[in-house]
Amino acid sequence: MADEALFLLLHNEMVSGVYKSAEQGEVENGRCITKLENMGFRVGQGLIERFTKDTARFKDELDIMKFICKDFWTTVFKKQIDNLRTNHQGIYVLQDNKFRLLTQMSSGKQYLEHASKYLAFTCGLIRGGLSNLGIKSIVTAEVSSMPACKFQVMIQKL
Amino acid sequence: MSRQANRGTESKKMSSELFTLTYGALVTQLCKDYENDEDVNKQLDKMGYNIGVRLIEDFLARSNVGRCHDFRETADVIAKVAFKMYLGITPSITNWSPAGDEFSLILENNPLVDFVELPDNHSSLIYSNLLCGVLRGALEMVQMAVEAKFVQDTLKGDSVTEIRMRFIRRIEDNLPAGEE
Repeated sequence: MADEALFLLLHNEMVSGVYKSAEQGEVENGRCITKLENMGFRVGQGLIERFTKDTARFKDELDIMKFICKDFWTTVFKKQIDNLRTNHQGIYVLQDNKFRLLTQMSSGKQYLEHASKYLAFTCGLIRGGLSNLGIKSIVTAEVSSMPACKFQVMIQKL
Repeated sequence: MSRQANRGTESKKMSSELFTLTYGALVTQLCKDYENDEDVNKQLDKMGYNIGVRLIEDFLARSNVGRCHDFRETADVIAKVAFKMYLGITPSITNWSPAGDEFSLILENNPLVDFVELPDNHSSLIYSNLLCGVLRGALEMVQMAVEAKFVQDTLKGDSVTEIRMRFIRRIEDNLPAGEE
């Protein structure tokens, strides 16, 4: 019921708020990205708990990744991940050709340098969701041409 | 078939939970960044204002509501259309001032505070202050200067959440310098 527009605006405000209170510089940029990623992490943890309350147990890692790509992504971004690739050794690449948080920004190369700020929250979201499903991971994102982007998930074997 | 229907309402509930959880993470982060509650309140209001000035465009595009002729109509649209559209609740409008320039929005349940408890050391934090900023920003874009503030809050032990809205003045369009 809370509209997508509301979440989008809140997310953009969060990004600009975090950056406004920081100074210039590489170190600060990293700190802001970390802040946003941590916020996404907490949200991802909470969200996945609510969402998987009644679902069946997952068979294996791949099953979990497919859940993230289909049900989780649909709930959060109203569409599925367009492409999931894996090397079957713990690395997954999730490709979204029209990432909802970037569609309003540009379609092409404009503002490419700012894209990472708007992906940090979502990386945390994925990491948090996986964490509460028992998977420790590192999630990074890359954009070569908006609004398509790729999230790379590296499973950490304990 | 019934499983499908279940999924539909579940995903609607989930996307509102996404907003609630994200807002919670934001407030938590702000509390960490700013030492006192007053600053957090101000920051939430500012962020709400920025969201409001953009949200009004989205709202007008979706809802097709025409221009409101007076403050009463505005109150109706806010409660019955806007709140319903974005937060899925319909607050009630009460406590009109005799001059007709102040009213209260009563929210029986505030979706923003769904999983929230205020700890004791944050007693002056206005958790949902973003809403006040949103209302202020959105109405400013339709030429109304208003003041919005929380007078009751379920997080602080009250039975309902009450936002008091006060009409300050109509904002006249300023012609650019040099034009008559």
